[in-house]
Amino acid sequence: MKRGFPILAIVTAVLLSFGLYEALIAAPTERTMGDVQRIFYYHVPSAWTAFLLFLINFVASVTYLIRRNAKADILAMVTAEVGVVFCTVVLVTGPIWARPVWGIWWTWDLRLTLTLVLWLIYVSYLMLRRFSTSSQTPVLAAVLAIFGALDVPLVYFSIWFFRTQHPSPVIGDGGSLDPRMAHVLLINWAAFLCLAWLVCWTRYRLEVVQREVEEAQSLESLLEGEGSR
Amino acid sequence: MPTPPIVVADGVIKQFGRFAALRGVTADFASGRLYVILGDNGAGKTTLLRTIAGLAQPTRGTISVLGSKEIKSVRAQIGYMAHPSLLYDEMSGMENLRYFAGLYGIEDDQSANQRCREVIASVKLDPELPRPVGQYSQGMRQRMSLARALLNDPKLLLLDEPFSNVDSRSAQEMSGLLAQMRNRGKTLLVVTHQPGILESVADEFVWMDAGKIVDRTAKLREGTR
Amino acid sequence: MSFLAILRATLAKDLLLEWRSKDAINAMLFFSLLVVVIFSFAFDPTAEESRRIAGGLIWVAFLFAAVVALNQTWARELRNQVLDAYRVSPAPANPLFLAKAVGNFIFVSVLEALMTPLFVMFYKLRPLGPAWELIPIAILGTWALVVNGTFFAALSIRTKSREIMLPLLLFPISIPALLGMVNATSAILTGEESAKFWIALLLAYDVVFTLACLLLFETILEAE
Repeated sequence: MKRGFPILAIVTAVLLSFGLYEALIAAPTERTMGDVQRIFYYHVPSAWTAFLLFLINFVASVTYLIRRNAKADILAMVTAEVGVVFCTVVLVTGPIWARPVWGIWWTWDLRLTLTLVLWLIYVSYLMLRRFSTSSQTPVLAAVLAIFGALDVPLVYFSIWFFRTQHPSPVIGDGGSLDPRMAHVLLINWAAFLCLAWLVCWTRYRLEVVQREVEEAQSLESLLEGEGSR
Repeated sequence: MPTPPIVVADGVIKQFGRFAALRGVTADFASGRLYVILGDNGAGKTTLLRTIAGLAQPTRGTISVLGSKEIKSVRAQIGYMAHPSLLYDEMSGMENLRYFAGLYGIEDDQSANQRCREVIASVKLDPELPRPVGQYSQGMRQRMSLARALLNDPKLLLLDEPFSNVDSRSAQEMSGLLAQMRNRGKTLLVVTHQPGILESVADEFVWMDAGKIVDRTAKLREGTR
Repeated sequence: MSFLAILRATLAKDLLLEWRSKDAINAMLFFSLLVVVIFSFAFDPTAEESRRIAGGLIWVAFLFAAVVALNQTWARELRNQVLDAYRVSPAPANPLFLAKAVGNFIFVSVLEALMTPLFVMFYKLRPLGPAWELIPIAILGTWALVVNGTFFAALSIRTKSREIMLPLLLFPISIPALLGMVNATSAILTGEESAKFWIALLLAYDVVFTLACLLLFETILEAE
């Protein structure tokens, strides 16, 4: 396991650099939007990565509730944290793209709104983890994750219907995608997935060690203490 | 044939983040005896009682109560009393107990009323007293709280600081009542800072320190550990 | 101990206790009134736009009033640690949850019943669509807020800053329900669209989350 880490790091670095080159230089310039459209190669893969991480969080949470396995809980926590980061990227790149192209900072389109709601749900998840005074925080967090997951389809349908009733500009691809652009998109997505994996892995290991230290500290014998009395 | 122990704790560890309230408690508590649990603040006495009551789950290790590891299944046979009264301040004693009787399945009005009256009378309080529990004196409140714990005629009684802030007469009466319970075959685990009250009736004194049981004695020794 | 018997007894006990300590109710009723007045100052009722946004205004006002009510759902059980007495008994957890949720539903409905006539008066509201549809919208919408609100209030027992954790957890999850309530109400008030989709959405939301709460309440109750 530990040997894989440096390999993954190198692969990530390579993919990210290659992806950067492809996105900023090699990819064809979009006809109507110009160069600012290139942010699409970061906006969309971030969204897909975030959604995937949240899906893993859901599976890990359910697993935790059934098996009460500490590893599942750590995985849930880690994917939530990294997922929120990628969500933030989506929410920041969205307006940066929208403003020069459509003249507005925000539009309540499906992807952006869904991302916003997921971001809110998972930030509340992280806050619950931080504010909990229970010794069974993982249980509470897992339950919240399940509620969040149940909410997602409802959020999707409510926004979708609202959009069909009240159409507004869509921050997106608008139509078919040039195969060269699709190619760059996929390279960047692969790069982001590797980056997500790398960060999650690091955070996971960090958390495992932290918990071991906490446990050792709390069970420490007080023999020295008694001797000094 | 000897009856099996009522409570069996095996390597129980209970952590709250960085703090371990219980650091490995292994003990048996036999049936029909009155145990007094002693120790400084922070020794883990309350945590141990709550874990046995099923209110807290051990982080590691197991506890089995009345032969079952699933404390949920034996809740009907456990009585629990804590330092807070576990009663609704704005209701009378009888109203409180009627509600809790329902939780224990005593639904039929007549038998519920009768049982509540019996148990309130057994702690030397007036069942007809309409005064809300919030206006009781501390001694009365502790006794009503004990009545609530006795409502379901439990086999195992877990009492956490039953005598705190209680006048000495009430304390003596409660002590006598607890001895009666023990004589009727119930098992009692009493956490208290005032072991003197139970000195003559206790079967065993259990000493705790820093999350472990450090000693078990038949007599209370003054000021030593 | 039958499920219904415990539910009835708990609900009766809660209503009795609420009745005996009237101060909380009075404060909340007054707060609801204040919310309506503040909204009327903030969002000009005489403007033509009012009819369009009234649906949103009403439900946001209800939401704020509901949070105040929800925050003290478990306050009485935490005083004197009475909740321990329930947990230590063989009674199942769900009747407790439903009793609290139904109690909150009744309570929030009373607040809504007070605020609605004021809104109608201040905003001169006259529904142009089928007015009777407002009833299922009110019931389903209120239940959506109350069922999750009661659940998250219980979750918040195990946290610091309880009063802020409740809305923090409740609001994001309630977004689809909020969209449903607001758009359904606006549809009826403006008469421009059908509220049917939104009512169906609210119904789906209520069913999904009532089930989720019933399945998971015991888990969080025991997560000390």
